[in-house]
Amino acid sequence: MAQNDDPAGTVSRRDFIKTVGATSVAAGVLAPAAPVTAQGPAALGPGPVPVNLTINGRARTLQIEPRVTLLDAVRDHANLTGNKRVCDRGTCGACTMIVDGRTVYSCSTLAIDVQGSRIRTVDGLANGDDLHPVQEAFCAADGMMCGFCTPGFVMATVALLEKYPKPTIAQARRELDGNVCRCGTFNRVFEAALSAGGVNRG
Amino acid sequence: MPADTRDRNARVPRNEDARLLTGRARFVDDVRLPDMLHVAFLRSDYAHARLRGVDASAARRRPGVAAVYTAADLGDYSKPAPLLVPPPPIPGLVFHACTHLPLATDKVRHVGEPIAMVVAESRYVAEDALADIVVEAEPLEAVGDLEAALAPGAPRVHDHLESNAAAHVVQRKGDYASARTRADLVIARRLLYDRGAAAAIENRAIVAQWDAPAEELTVWDTTQAPIPIRNGLARMLGLLESQVRVVAPFVGGGFGPKIMMFYPEELLLPWAAMRLGRPLKWTEDRQENFHATTQERGQVHDAEMALTRDGRILGVRDRFLFDTGAYDPYGLTIPINTQCTLLGPYDIQHYDSEFTAVFTNRTLVSPVRGAGRQHGVFVSERLLDIAARELGLDRVEIRKRNLLGPDRFPHDHRILFQDSAPLVYDSGDYLPALEQAADMIGYDAFRRDEQPRARAAGRHVGVGIACYVEGTGIGPYEGARVTVEPGGTVRVATGVGTQGQGHYTVFAQIVAGVLDVEVTAVQVVTGDTREFQWGTGTFASRGAVVAGSACHAAALAVRDKALAVASRLLDMPADRLELAAGRVRVRGSSDAGVALGELAAEANPLRGAVRPGTEPGLEATAYFGPDRGSTASGVHAMIVEVDPETAMVDITRYVVVHDCGRMINPTIVEGQIHGGVAHGIGNAFFEQLVYDDQGQLLNASFMDYLLPTATDVPPIETAHRETPSPFNPVGLKGVGEAGCIPTGALFAQAVEDALHGFGVEITEIPLSPSRLFDLLQRGSRP
Ligand code: FES
Ligand code: FES
Repeated sequence: MAQNDDPAGTVSRRDFIKTVGATSVAAGVLAPAAPVTAQGPAALGPGPVPVNLTINGRARTLQIEPRVTLLDAVRDHANLTGNKRVCDRGTCGACTMIVDGRTVYSCSTLAIDVQGSRIRTVDGLANGDDLHPVQEAFCAADGMMCGFCTPGFVMATVALLEKYPKPTIAQARRELDGNVCRCGTFNRVFEAALSAGGVNRG
Repeated sequence: MPADTRDRNARVPRNEDARLLTGRARFVDDVRLPDMLHVAFLRSDYAHARLRGVDASAARRRPGVAAVYTAADLGDYSKPAPLLVPPPPIPGLVFHACTHLPLATDKVRHVGEPIAMVVAESRYVAEDALADIVVEAEPLEAVGDLEAALAPGAPRVHDHLESNAAAHVVQRKGDYASARTRADLVIARRLLYDRGAAAAIENRAIVAQWDAPAEELTVWDTTQAPIPIRNGLARMLGLLESQVRVVAPFVGGGFGPKIMMFYPEELLLPWAAMRLGRPLKWTEDRQENFHATTQERGQVHDAEMALTRDGRILGVRDRFLFDTGAYDPYGLTIPINTQCTLLGPYDIQHYDSEFTAVFTNRTLVSPVRGAGRQHGVFVSERLLDIAARELGLDRVEIRKRNLLGPDRFPHDHRILFQDSAPLVYDSGDYLPALEQAADMIGYDAFRRDEQPRARAAGRHVGVGIACYVEGTGIGPYEGARVTVEPGGTVRVATGVGTQGQGHYTVFAQIVAGVLDVEVTAVQVVTGDTREFQWGTGTFASRGAVVAGSACHAAALAVRDKALAVASRLLDMPADRLELAAGRVRVRGSSDAGVALGELAAEANPLRGAVRPGTEPGLEATAYFGPDRGSTASGVHAMIVEVDPETAMVDITRYVVVHDCGRMINPTIVEGQIHGGVAHGIGNAFFEQLVYDDQGQLLNASFMDYLLPTATDVPPIETAHRETPSPFNPVGLKGVGEAGCIPTGALFAQAVEDALHGFGVEITEIPLSPSRLFDLLQRGSRP
């Protein structure tokens, strides 16, 4: 998905899966690479350890096992349940958060690996009752049905617009390509993405 | 703001959007309770095996584990789940009810069947403990292929039955055999239609909390049917219905499987929460969803259509097999839908339909959006296409010659529908819809000019057009309560759950229309048994129709009450008063009148005498139960371009003309249609659950099972027609499933047309690029 910073001529994840064929992809082909620690295996865990995270501008220390994902840390330990867990394997985008300006699948990122980073979730977008411009645009375009995929789409759209304030449809398609919606809201999501204004580069 | 948000038919923005967009909407997986424990299930790796023993002792010793349950620990709670939908009273019908146990005892019958339940301090620990459980199992040969399953000597899914036949049903009208003797042409084909996963983006989830001092059980459940879940749980757990509250808050897509009940997890979490005295939570992971949430699957049809030389259908005969999976708690809804929907908008006088439902060692089958209707449409539409080709008739023309005319309603098909009522079409007007769709897609010009031009340039383009009718909005009933709060807010409570259909807005619009208030002033609560405790659930595209009609009736009663209170207050006969902009005033006058909220307060005095016969407040409850469902219909058309080298299909245009009776909110209706079409496109070209001969599902992840995404779904051009249903006061018909019903048949037709000259005849769905490539290689036309 949008983790790729090179916009030109890249094959999207989706295209890749399609060409290889539905049933012949070995599970794990696109699994995130294991974090490499220069000092060798760290002597952390298996029990809870303090993990310092900055979520939506607020620093907090969570006592969690080193194996806890960013998504679980945010949902279950920081109690911010806006972003959703759907596949837990980096294949649907529902858990999309923005970490240091780039979208990540938080289900496939360890919390302990993003200490010191700026983590943004859907819970932090609106300012009280004032919706973020992307949220406004989704409202205006009726860009959701059941809304379960929506937090991920909103975050991916925010990242898109911070990267390309006036995106082309091709850019929007590419950046939102890693997000899946079963209710079939795509057309309206694009309408929202292309019409949202007032997003500053993050 | 749109011109008039009080208008029932306006495109008002949805009331629920802001909550969904900010992450404040609460889904079951978002429920967090103090002291909550987490559950994980040990599931069968085998499709078919005899269980010799389950040893959970090591798991029980693991730190952080609170309890482990196997079937042996359930005592007399280990009973087969209730049969949800008993079959309709069709003469001669055979049905073997074999429902699942909460946890497997002697045998496992599909991959993913639960064997043990672990309760622990965190999901991480619960999953660790699953690995500690030792299961001794003796694998058995798996039953998969439907014909092989019925062969003598085949391994049996249920040992006590004589074969794997779960049901056998025959429905007939007229006399097909003699009609056939008069035919000029008989088209006989074997047609295959496979379905896939419903794949709601939200996995199933359950939270159960037993409040011991209050003796109250609360269950949050991602169900489409909270009230029946409440009633069933109370019965099975020995509680009063009033002691159980079931909440289906926001639900992230249903598409059918969330109406299934009782899932083993639904039986077990409440039971264990009562035992342990702590709240429990289980959220399905995506892999579990592929194995343990119901699916819809294959049917094999051997069908024939008898026609006259000029393309009129004399009759249809169909014999089909239906894969019901390992158990059949949902009865025969799907194959009966197939049987009934095959007749479509056509005048078919002689019909002979017979099916056998077959047990296999695969995940349970229950309705998924469309619920077998697309299988029936596929059969009749494909046979018509082939007949048109054989007779040298145009595909639109052959359909026109067979449509039921507007003078034929109500039309009794003389067979029984899934709701046990006779299959009667309430209203419809099919020909103009077909003409409109042909017109919108530019059918004639495409065939006459564009297609020959493209073909001359070496491009393979094709057009398809397909019709369907859809039985929707069936009974038994739903209810709604409408209350005007003293502050002026109107609250609506109804029993149906909502899974993205915009019910919060649709019901609000219906009530706002009657009371003449802003839609945003109407607050809707759905799916909480404490708010409303009578009703059945969201299925068969019935939410807006049945519950919507109840909302309408309750709002009318509140309106009458408001007028009566105002009449006393203003000392003016009620028939001289009217509701306008949230107030009651003298008819036609411009004076301010009295606000509804004030009238509500007036109707609930703290002191003084109340006249006999008056009820306090401005509140009313009403129920609506249609005698039978209303029949929606439509025509879809598409243009495709196929690359014969890669067998990739590009859908360049997609047109939908549909009739769902009176429309409440066109934006929501269109959204439902878009979603259905996307689902149908997935079903036609991308989605297939691939099982091997050991009953293992080979593509149980979104990496391997492709849902259509933005690039696969074209913009959809929609036109609405309105033939109001006479069966409900608002004239509504359902729309939730319509989009996906004709898509497979349409896709096959358009692709076949594009590949004109390759000798390809498409008799199966889904068609993956690789399957289409195979067909191209060998030319498949008989
Ligand atoms: S939940 Fe993270 S990508 Fe699906
Ligand atoms: S809105 Fe339901 S999955 Fe996207």
